[in-house]
Amino acid sequence: MLHRFANPARFLRIAAVVQPWCAAICALALAAGLYVAFFASPPDYQQGETVRIMYVHVPAAWMALFAYAAIALAAAVGLIWRHPLAFVAAGAAAPIGAAFTAICLATGSLWGKPMWGTWWVWDARLTSVLVLLFLYLGLIALRHAFDDSDRGERAAAVLALVGAVNLPIIKFSVDWWNTLHQPASVVKIGGPTIHPAMLTPLLLMAAGFMLFFVVVLLIRIRSELLARRLRALRLAQAHAAEPAAATRGPVLG
Amino acid sequence: MDALGQFLAMGGYGAYVWPAYAIALVVLAGILIASVRTLNTRRRAVAALEAALPRRRRQGGSADDA
Repeated sequence: MLHRFANPARFLRIAAVVQPWCAAICALALAAGLYVAFFASPPDYQQGETVRIMYVHVPAAWMALFAYAAIALAAAVGLIWRHPLAFVAAGAAAPIGAAFTAICLATGSLWGKPMWGTWWVWDARLTSVLVLLFLYLGLIALRHAFDDSDRGERAAAVLALVGAVNLPIIKFSVDWWNTLHQPASVVKIGGPTIHPAMLTPLLLMAAGFMLFFVVVLLIRIRSELLARRLRALRLAQAHAAEPAAATRGPVLG
Repeated sequence: MDALGQFLAMGGYGAYVWPAYAIALVVLAGILIASVRTLNTRRRAVAALEAALPRRRRQGGSADDA
């Protein structure tokens, strides 16, 4: 199964087919999600209109966790099976995950001010998500910290695996510690405890964010493969210039 | 106009709701545009090099033949 996608050329052919469909469905899901979020869902009985921040905050938080889990998985695949696309995918996903984490933190802050009375508290959930943002930034920095890009990728992969311990901490922080952040109300044992009128826009936005992640990931993977091709071509160009000089030698001799 | 004003006010929380969506839009649009631009730049660079390289190789080949 993995080997089927191991060939970058085959991957690029599949990506070219998948990407426009994902982009189209992404646009539809976001349009529908925004419509329902603003026009067809009620204000919360406690939180009033601020509940509409949830439709961008919660999907961004889910994507922040999902992207990191995907990176950790790709890092493991790259380290264990040396799949040629694994580190490429991990590197391409890191900035997207960082973007979703930043959105999650910023929108959470904008929600916290009117509802909790503060932009920020050092509680377990908020702190562990801030650590997630730093992990993403660390992955990006580490990858570019080596002259040998292969070593940078391996170092980033090890950090991604070690940092994965933060994922369950984030998920269960609201249960393990008494935090200001509310516990889960969608992904929980016994099913969601959220009204369908609010669950619908939430899931539509989440689908849109997920497809956005896929589309940008495919763009960035294609971009990284082109960067490698560029390096190979420049090397070939340098080598192509050499034989001309080399042939002059024997003629003179 | 009044309905629009009421909608934008978001029950008094407009100053929190709209920036949240604006930040999400700016960050997501930013990463999408940056990614597409880098892809296009690299695509042009690869195309230019691929166009230049075979000619050079052919020249090298003809020099060897001679």
